[in-house]
Amino acid sequence: MSEPSESPATEPLADAGQLTADLQLARGDFALGLALHVAPGQILAVLGPNGAGKTSLLRALAGLTPITAGRITVGESTWDDADRGLSLTTEDRRVGLVFQDYRLFPHLTVRDNVAFAARARGAGRDRARRDATTVLDRLGIVELADRRPAVLSGGQAQRVALARALASRPRLLLLDEPLAALDARTRLEIRGELRRYLAEFSGPTILVTHDPLEAMVLADRILVIEGGRAVQEGTPAMVARRPATEYVAQLVGLNLYSGTLADRATRRIDLDDGSSLYAAGHDRDEPADAEVRAVPMVGTRMLVALSPTAISLHTHEVDPGSARNRWSGTIAGLELLTDRVRVAVEGHPEALVDITAAALTALELQPGQQVWLTAKATEVVAYPAP
Amino acid sequence: MVWRAPWHDLPRILAETQAVEALRLSLICATGATVISVLLGVPLAWVLARSSARGIPLLRAVVTLPLVLPPVVGGVALLLAFGRLGIVGRWLEAWTGATLPFTTLGVVVAETFVAMPFLVVTVEGALRSADQGLEEAAATLGSRPFATFRRVTLPLVMPSVAAGGVLGWARALGEFGATITFAGNLPGVTQTMPLAVYRAFETDPPAAVALSLVLLAVSVTVLVLLRDRWLRPGTTW
Repeated sequence: MSEPSESPATEPLADAGQLTADLQLARGDFALGLALHVAPGQILAVLGPNGAGKTSLLRALAGLTPITAGRITVGESTWDDADRGLSLTTEDRRVGLVFQDYRLFPHLTVRDNVAFAARARGAGRDRARRDATTVLDRLGIVELADRRPAVLSGGQAQRVALARALASRPRLLLLDEPLAALDARTRLEIRGELRRYLAEFSGPTILVTHDPLEAMVLADRILVIEGGRAVQEGTPAMVARRPATEYVAQLVGLNLYSGTLADRATRRIDLDDGSSLYAAGHDRDEPADAEVRAVPMVGTRMLVALSPTAISLHTHEVDPGSARNRWSGTIAGLELLTDRVRVAVEGHPEALVDITAAALTALELQPGQQVWLTAKATEVVAYPAP
Repeated sequence: MVWRAPWHDLPRILAETQAVEALRLSLICATGATVISVLLGVPLAWVLARSSARGIPLLRAVVTLPLVLPPVVGGVALLLAFGRLGIVGRWLEAWTGATLPFTTLGVVVAETFVAMPFLVVTVEGALRSADQGLEEAAATLGSRPFATFRRVTLPLVMPSVAAGGVLGWARALGEFGATITFAGNLPGVTQTMPLAVYRAFETDPPAAVALSLVLLAVSVTVLVLLRDRWLRPGTTW
């Protein structure tokens, strides 16, 4: 336990340690089983749809929900070990948790909210308040110190909640959908700030979100979970280019197909719906190791990712040109995005195609109309299915 | 009642009936009962609101029993428990030499018995609707359960504790049945205002009206004062 005389909250923690968790959680029909490692200073984004178990994961790490099996360790200390029946209480874990709904104490001023952890650990009132003021100052919100949470805007409350969590000098920082409750403009503003403050935190950080952009911008690594299981883990670039599931592909806005490798020379992939695509594409920053770059064996299960902007749409049959992939389909729907139009085409394979608004008017597209699609083989990225 | 009051006789009546003594006793006992109710009732309400132990529904029934029980029956029950030959009373006398029935302390016990359920019910409701997420937040900040109760939960339900306390105080001030059964009607020792009114009514009805008027005035005054301070909706501490 900390002493009242410990160094102020502004100093970095000397004993920052890696988070290693391998945990199982069962509650009724829902089961969560995950293994994670997060190094000190690293930010892991846990991305997943609602009900995937993101919040359950955070609650388990914070000790608010008991795990049914597994171990959680941070640095040298063991927080949970189901085999040995060991489980630290939440208050002994030194975990900073920024709740989605902030959970600021309504009867305390902002300063006393931030000073709460120091007071709970036995620091004197004056010292706790001084340290709280320092933290507020560092986050640029010292002018809010004497206000009550009820009068704060969403963005201000978010900053205060973060300040309160950081002021408790946590060894693990957990953020539950930190930007979800904010309006679009504030979200943009806070996201930039959050990046800065998270970079200063020396321990491991886990950020839970359903917003891929938030994960890409804030995190060093992304773990995608669906139905309580990890489905993909990698750098933001990796997840964005090579989605492992339909859910991730949708999030990052890619067409995703699965099939088997039919020809190694031309890299033809026979898709599950009977059609084929030639996939000669490379990631610009594809890993250098030969294992990944080497073409797999014929018959290997593959995933094929194709960006909607890389597909050309024609209203008449096209001559064989440079594009290796050609197929036709009918328009199932049109959706106006901010700066372009997304056309859903039913065919083999079905595809989302992005065209400009000008092209939409010029081509006079209608739902039900037959169209021809082409895509260069170099735009089609194929990779072994995980 | 105000109309029928014997205004010109008031000073004489109040002096003869020992009204001042009875009023003093009433206020002291009601306040004492309220203090005990808060000290015992708030932890009890917390247990009722938060514990999931098997005996909780039974405990809740026992705690709220005085709300539905005629106070006289309550008084009989207290007499059986705390009387000289009662289960608790016998033990109490053997250990301390003190007995509760027919003493001022007995009045406080009787009033606590009928007043505490008001406080417990009010505070339990507030604890149930209090945001338990805040208690979780306090735990992540290193606060132990008792400290969390003191620093977070209690301040948030304080308006309800005050409201329940006032309700209990008002109920204790008007207490009659349990008091007269358990503590008797001894002027200066256990004769509170309601008992004095009852005694006066048997012999001198106009005096009873006068005494009632005094009790009414005091109750209204206190409730109005408290209302302004603590019972206004939306008060936070």
